[in-house]
Amino acid sequence: MTATTEKPLTGNMRPDGSGLDMPAYEQAGGYQAIRKVLTGGVTPQWVIDEVKSADLRGRGGAGFPTGLKWSFVPRGQSTPNPTYLVANADEMEPGTFKDRLLLERNPHQLIEGMIVAGFAIEADVAYIFLRGEYTLAAERISRAIAEAYERHYLGKNILGSGYSLELHLHLSGGRYICGDETALLNALEGKRANPRAKPPFPVVAGLFGKPTVVNNVETLSCVPHIINHGATWFRGLSRAKSGGTKLYGVSGKVKRPGLWELPMGTTVREILEEHAGGMRDGLKFRALLPGGSSTPFIVEEHLDMPMDFQEMPKAGSRMGTGTMIVLDDKTCPVGMTWNMIRFFARESCGFCTPCWSGLGWAERILQSMEEGRGKPDDLEKLAFQAKMWSPGNTFCALAPGAADPLESAMKYFRADFERHISEHRCPGR
Amino acid sequence: MLTAEEINEIEAEAVHYPKREAVSIDALKIVQRHRGWVSDESLRDIAGHLGMSPTDLDSVATFYNLIFRRPVGRHVIMVCDSVSCWIVGHDRVKKHLTERLGIEFGQTTSDDRFTLLPIVCLGCCDRAPAMMVGGDLHTDLDPQKIDIQLEKYK
Repeated sequence: MTATTEKPLTGNMRPDGSGLDMPAYEQAGGYQAIRKVLTGGVTPQWVIDEVKSADLRGRGGAGFPTGLKWSFVPRGQSTPNPTYLVANADEMEPGTFKDRLLLERNPHQLIEGMIVAGFAIEADVAYIFLRGEYTLAAERISRAIAEAYERHYLGKNILGSGYSLELHLHLSGGRYICGDETALLNALEGKRANPRAKPPFPVVAGLFGKPTVVNNVETLSCVPHIINHGATWFRGLSRAKSGGTKLYGVSGKVKRPGLWELPMGTTVREILEEHAGGMRDGLKFRALLPGGSSTPFIVEEHLDMPMDFQEMPKAGSRMGTGTMIVLDDKTCPVGMTWNMIRFFARESCGFCTPCWSGLGWAERILQSMEEGRGKPDDLEKLAFQAKMWSPGNTFCALAPGAADPLESAMKYFRADFERHISEHRCPGR
Repeated sequence: MLTAEEINEIEAEAVHYPKREAVSIDALKIVQRHRGWVSDESLRDIAGHLGMSPTDLDSVATFYNLIFRRPVGRHVIMVCDSVSCWIVGHDRVKKHLTERLGIEFGQTTSDDRFTLLPIVCLGCCDRAPAMMVGGDLHTDLDPQKIDIQLEKYK
C-alpha cells in the first residue's frame, strides 16, 4: 500500500464492488507487513510497541487502545497454551455498516492484520467470527483464507519464520448479543451466547479458558498499514488525539447516505453536510446518534465537534462505531426510540434481570405512548428503568447501551413525549 | 440418521475446534442447509453424533435465530426492522409484504414458498430499506422492487 495514500483501508478497493483477490492485493503492496514482522528480525514486543505508539483504538465502538489490550496477554514458557486471536466480524449494531465493506472488498487486508496481530500476541489459532447473514463476505473470506494457505501465509512455519498460525472462519447462528466479546466466545464454544462475568478478562481466560484477544475487523485492518508505514505516519492521518483514519457512515433521510474513510476527528458537520449532502429537500436536521443505536443522541449545537473517542463524550455521547443515524423533523423521536428499545428487548440474551425484564417493560410503555395510550407517570417509569440498566447492574453493555438513546431522547425530546401522553396520539401521524 | 455428506461436512468443521461440542452450531446449520430446518429427529441425531444430550443441543439451537426449529418455506424472507430501515420506510415494506403474501411475520405461505421473518440490522443502512431472501441481500426496497425480486424465487 503506498505511503502517500490518505485512505489506507479503502484506497485500493475496486470501484466495481468486487473483492481484491491475492494477486491484486499483493500487487497493491499487500503481505509486505507480515514479511517485515516475520522475517525482518522484529520481536512481538516491537509490534505491540508500534501499535501502542500509533494510538490505534478499538473500532468496534469501545475505543480501547489496541496495543495495550495486546500487552495484557500472558506470554512466555509458563503461560497456558494455546493463545487465541478472534476477529469480531459480527457487525449487527443498528445503523452500522462499515465492516461489511472491509470484509467484502478487501478480505486479505483483514487476514494480514490478523497474522501480524497473531504474531504480536503469540497466538496459535485464530478465528473470524462472522455473522451468518453476511453471505457475500463469507464467500470472499473463505476464498481469501484458502489463497493465504496456498501462499503459506497461514499454517505452519509461515515464510520460514518459525511462527505458525491456523485461521478458521466461523459463521454465526445469529443474535446481536454475539457481538459482545464474552458472548462471542461462548458462541464459538458452541454454547448459548450469554455474556460472561468479568474478570477474568478474555486476554487472560477467554476461549476454552485460554488467553484470547478479540479485535474488531476495522481495527485489525489498520494493522498492516501501521507496520508498513510506521506509527508516526498513522498518527499523522488523524486530526484527533488517537491515530488513523476512520470509516464514517451516515444513514437516515439525508441526500447521499454512505460510508467514507476520513481522518479520525473529522467534524460531525463535515461528514453530515459535505459527504452525506445534508438533509433531503424539505426536511430539517433534528438530532443524530453518532455511532449506532447504543450511543446517546447529539443535537445541532454539537455538529462542529470532531467525531472521535475523546471529543464525543464532551457532547454527552460516544463515537461508538462512527456510523451515524440521522433524525429529521418529520420523523417521530418517540417512534424512533420505541423502535430501538424494541430491538434491545428482543435481543436481550435473557440472563440479567434488569435487562430482560426492564427492556420489555420499557418497550411496552413506549408502544402504548405511540399508540395513544400513554399515562402521565410513564416518563418517570422509563427514567427508572433506564437507571436500572446502568453499567454494573448487568454482565454486558447491552442494557447500558439501551439506556443511552432512551435517556438522551427523553432529555432532548421531552416535549414530544409529553405531547404523546397529553394528546393521546402520536402528533406526527 | 445423518447422511454421509452431512457427517463429512460436520467433521470438516469439527477439526477447527479443540472440543467436540464447539461444532454444535455449525452442525445444526449444516443439517438445516440440507433439510431446510432442524426437526426433533435431526436434533437427536446431531446430538448423538456429537456426544451431547438432545436437551443441551436444543438449548443451543433455540438460542440462535438463524437456526429454524420449525418447518420453513423454500425461501425465508428476513426483513430488517432496525432503526435506519424504520426511518426510511420499513412500515411500507412490511405492509406490502404481508399483503402480497397474505401472511404475518412468523408465518409461511400455504404453498410453502415463503416464510416471513423479522431480522436485526443487516448492515447496509445506506441502502435501506433492506431484506434478505435466502442468502441474497435486496436493498433500496419499494413495493415495485419487492414484486420484481420475489418473482425470482419459485
